[in-house]
Amino acid sequence: MHKSAFYIIGLIAGIVVYLQSCSTSSSSRVIDQSRSDNIPETISYNFDIRPILSDKCLACHGPDANKREAGLRLDMAESAYAALKEHPSAHALVPGKPELSEVFRRISSTDTSIMMPPPSSNLKLTAREIKLIEKWIQQGGAYEKHWSFVAPKKPTVPTVKLGEWPRNEIDYFILQKQEQQGVTPNEEADKERLLKRLSLDLVGLPPTLALMDGFLADKSANAYEKVVDQLLKNPAYGEKMALHWLDLARYADSHGYQDDGYRTQWPWRDWVIHAFNKNMHYNEFVSWQLAGDLMPNRDGGPANKEQLLATGFNRNHKITEEGGVIPEEYRTMYVTDRNDLFGKGLLGVTIECAHCHDHKYDPFSHKEYYQLFAFFNNVKEVGIESVIGGPDTYAKKPLMEISDEDVKSILSFVNKRDTNRLIVSVMGDLDTTRKTFILKRGVYDAPGDEVQPGTPKAILPFDPTYPKNRLGLAKWLFDKKNPLTARVYVNLLWQEFFGKGIVRTAGDFGMQGELPSHPELLDWLAVDFMEHNWDIKRLVKQMVTSATYRQSAVITPEKLAADPDNRLLARGPRYRIHAEFVKDLVLSSSGLLNPTIGGPSVKPYQPAGLWEGATSGRGLLSMYTQDHGPNLYRRGMYTLIKRTVPPPSMAIFDASNRDLCEVKRLKTNTPLQALVMMNDPTVLEASRVLAARLMQERGDVNAKIEKAFRLIVSRKPNEKEVAILSDYYKKELGKSTRSSADKSLAVGEYPIPANIDKVKLAALMRVMTTIYNLEETITKS
Amino acid sequence: MEKEILEHGLNFNRRRFLSRLSLGLGSAALGSLLIPDLFSGSSTDEDGLTVGIPHFAPKAKRVIYLFQNGAPSQQELFDYKPKLREMMGQELPPSVRGTQRLTGMTANQKEFPMVGSFVDFKQYGESRAWVSDLFPYTAKIVDDLCIVKSMFTEAINHDPALTFLQTGSQQGNRPSMGSWLSYGLGNENKNLPNFTVLLSRGIGNGQGVYSKLWSNGFLDSVHQGVQFSKGEDPVLYLRDPEGMSRQDRRDMLDNLAQLNDLSYQEFGDPEIAAKVKQYEMAYRMQTAVPEVMDLSKEPDDIIKLYGPDCLVPGTFAANCLLARKLSENGVRFVQLYHQGWDQHGNLPFEITRQAKDVDQASAALVTDLKQRGLLDETLVIWGGEFGRTSYTQGKLTKENYGRDHHPRCFTIWMAGGGIKPGMVYGETDDVGYNIIKDPVHVHDFQATVLNQLGLNHEKLIFKHQGRRYRLTDVSGKVIHDIIA
Repeated sequence: MHKSAFYIIGLIAGIVVYLQSCSTSSSSRVIDQSRSDNIPETISYNFDIRPILSDKCLACHGPDANKREAGLRLDMAESAYAALKEHPSAHALVPGKPELSEVFRRISSTDTSIMMPPPSSNLKLTAREIKLIEKWIQQGGAYEKHWSFVAPKKPTVPTVKLGEWPRNEIDYFILQKQEQQGVTPNEEADKERLLKRLSLDLVGLPPTLALMDGFLADKSANAYEKVVDQLLKNPAYGEKMALHWLDLARYADSHGYQDDGYRTQWPWRDWVIHAFNKNMHYNEFVSWQLAGDLMPNRDGGPANKEQLLATGFNRNHKITEEGGVIPEEYRTMYVTDRNDLFGKGLLGVTIECAHCHDHKYDPFSHKEYYQLFAFFNNVKEVGIESVIGGPDTYAKKPLMEISDEDVKSILSFVNKRDTNRLIVSVMGDLDTTRKTFILKRGVYDAPGDEVQPGTPKAILPFDPTYPKNRLGLAKWLFDKKNPLTARVYVNLLWQEFFGKGIVRTAGDFGMQGELPSHPELLDWLAVDFMEHNWDIKRLVKQMVTSATYRQSAVITPEKLAADPDNRLLARGPRYRIHAEFVKDLVLSSSGLLNPTIGGPSVKPYQPAGLWEGATSGRGLLSMYTQDHGPNLYRRGMYTLIKRTVPPPSMAIFDASNRDLCEVKRLKTNTPLQALVMMNDPTVLEASRVLAARLMQERGDVNAKIEKAFRLIVSRKPNEKEVAILSDYYKKELGKSTRSSADKSLAVGEYPIPANIDKVKLAALMRVMTTIYNLEETITKS
Repeated sequence: MEKEILEHGLNFNRRRFLSRLSLGLGSAALGSLLIPDLFSGSSTDEDGLTVGIPHFAPKAKRVIYLFQNGAPSQQELFDYKPKLREMMGQELPPSVRGTQRLTGMTANQKEFPMVGSFVDFKQYGESRAWVSDLFPYTAKIVDDLCIVKSMFTEAINHDPALTFLQTGSQQGNRPSMGSWLSYGLGNENKNLPNFTVLLSRGIGNGQGVYSKLWSNGFLDSVHQGVQFSKGEDPVLYLRDPEGMSRQDRRDMLDNLAQLNDLSYQEFGDPEIAAKVKQYEMAYRMQTAVPEVMDLSKEPDDIIKLYGPDCLVPGTFAANCLLARKLSENGVRFVQLYHQGWDQHGNLPFEITRQAKDVDQASAALVTDLKQRGLLDETLVIWGGEFGRTSYTQGKLTKENYGRDHHPRCFTIWMAGGGIKPGMVYGETDDVGYNIIKDPVHVHDFQATVLNQLGLNHEKLIFKHQGRRYRLTDVSGKVIHDIIA
């Protein structure tokens, strides 16, 4: 009795503690207080202090001169050590002496009249943050340059205890950190899981039965490497790789803005696929896109048409066709869009924050924004060239025409299917220089001082020997001294394969971005990438052949508790695949996939009325005229993207709407996604077609289920799974009638084979749909 | 040193993990009203700010926004300007126009003759508010309305102006007002999406709408506006295929859950459990949405109140009635868009029909909420993206004229949700061109709406790409004078 009462009290106390711990662990303030004793021996400015200053102090005491309070600047040593402007007897920082440092006095004060940050800012320092700053001052309060603005040096590969585990350099860096934290890596994933992961990552498609059988049968030591090489040669590799680039380059098939008319920018998309497939190296790949029009080709003549087409990159932005706009306002927006993309997509910095004023956190001035802007400001373009209309409006000047001759020769990769005139918006500069001014508050009609082309000095000053145009800018970008370019792209690809970047804020390597989880690995990869002449396929192969990548994705409760976000990479990546690949998986596994590469985008099944309900009524895209036949079965990346009404099943799975440069998609899990998988005709039709195909083969139901499972989930089902599914089949068969079967089968346009038992077909189709709806199906695991 | 960084990162992960779990439970990113702290660990709360519960006691719980897309002319509806009529045909004084920028449609116009309203105005109710003869039903409810005549915006074209009103930025790619509220307040109803969008089209000159207007921007996509449309599939992909009964669907989901559970046992990934929960919510939505969409059981007096059009799916009237039902069922934000207010020309003819299209149902919605005792906790907003010019666009004749876009002043009304009823706020000059009293910037309006829902617009933030974003960007002040 006493004992049980004791237990109950204990239990209640336990629950209270549990609830408290839940609520406290979700509140950083409390959590950090509980950890406030956990302060490193040596404080690093870059890793411990700068994030605090940047996030909590620099908005008022940082680079933006116009918003600076009390004349105090805390992001630079000289000004932080200097006597305070308003109290010359005091100093913000006195190295070694927190008690004499005004900064410490104020952040540790509870007096609201002097405390910092002031209550009105809605910002607050945690106890741990205060202690870190105190200790940093005690240790001398030394400043360092922001990590990502210092060019990477190749670190030595660390030594590890578990010496037999690493397969390449990546693994040494990963394992070293795991060993420091007392964690061990997972086993290698089983062959089926590993092959699915690899195939989805390299070609965006599940492995074929032949590939699976071959790999399972291949017992040689380099069986895996052989498959990697095989997949890298598959033309679908270019399609897979193109997708992240299309997001970055905000590629779409409509002009955007309110009328949102059609555009024919797809030949540029075909070029991207082609470039990845022929393994164009990253420096060349990007330089052509930035400045292909300014490049003399090998004979010293003007740029060739392929180089010109590549520059469509900088014309993928939205272009207005709304009558009544002020042209200069929109032209300025286009230049702004290019500039912001250059910052976010290629340099991984939020240069856009300096559009209206000096950057609040990073050392980019308002003036520097417009110096960079100047490179993109000389295009022979207008804010509005034409209102929505016919084929002449499908590209805007400057544009190039792709002739049938071109397609037979230099542009053979462009999938032009008819003899109609084909035009693409590309880059081309004015003969004379358009002057660039600092725009006050970023407003197009408030010009300030004139500026000359230049680059942010904090990253790398512009070499005066470079031409002051986009060609020079490309040289600057790929200057080995540029600290960002290689790191940013290596990180972007890491994110593709491992789900999250080494720097998780892929578009922000600045002071407000997250710190790298493995800074030395990032630097090693970046330098190695440059040393091997920016070879993308080589980098991809490095990543996917690492032991790190090849681990099983199983999450033990211990690892989940210790590292829920898998920062230590002590298990393989496990993520839902991108929207486009969901569709690809469904089509490919059912045998419906039309593997044609490139060409005009297509209009597959889409719920009725979406375009019609949200249109101004003008233009080719005001009504959705669905395609028929083979166009229904193209890869997801070829679905026409109308910006104002993007394809719904894609948007529901977090595809980019291609409005602006995007380097990181959300990965959500919502009920609408469940509805798509349950009811989208694409999935239902694939289920029906696959069921019919299997019914025409020999074998019992279990054999059919097993084969379907292999095709869809890319592994053999276990006994339990087969039992559940075959049981389900029998029950469905019992319920199915000729009339209910006819209804169920009436989905999609692909024909039903004659002389097939429709009642059985309908029952088997349900089983197929169920397999498509498994969580594992659309997950790389 | 590096060890320390990682340690800190891991710690951060644990918090994020908790917030991800809350997602998995099918709630909004944050919102459990019962044990708010448990789920407040979103990636934005390192400032110690609590999201997921109101910052202070809210007056309103829900919003219905009747967006009049295309920009209704204030001169013909609410902003009575007898002087403008007297000055018919006279050139707009340059002193009034000042340095105002004009759209490309009238910038090259040689003359700017002023034009008064073709329609008469009268005063109504205890508030004696002026309403034009185009709005007989709205006129009867003026004592429930707070008419704001002094709204102004920064954009002069539809796309940026709409985007600005809905997201606080002209450029887009930011969360819409409804997404912010869903993020800030969470769900009241677990079977319906928290932010729903209803579209209708009037007969006037139309301007498109764009899904970015109800985009979740950088917030989690559970906060995305879900479009409800007329027809058989009110929510995309909601309807089961032909030949599939509810029992069939249940059987399928039960089998699916068993299979997914096997996978969970093998991998231990919480995402798998979350997926099962999402399927269950989808299943519940399949029943809940058609139920709420079914207007056939509405009594005759309600049909009469909203007018016969409310039985025609996809009309503004039907959407108003539907908005009431969704709101009644706890949907946090119901966003209507009604197209057709862009009267650059042929204004007298077009606006007469366009006004008739919305008048009865707009008033009915307020009356209906009131009689159900819901108006106190529901904020209803009516208005467009900017106003229209006092001068004519194109040729001025006795019977016909047009008006161009005008960002400097426009009229909206609000009702319920703790806004003062029977009030007119703000004033424009005699020719209805400039505001002379109590200007309300778009960000002020947004701050006020959030305030009524118990949210401080300076604290409802989300950190993205290193910057703390809010609906009101970097400005906005609550208009306390219109709060009851």
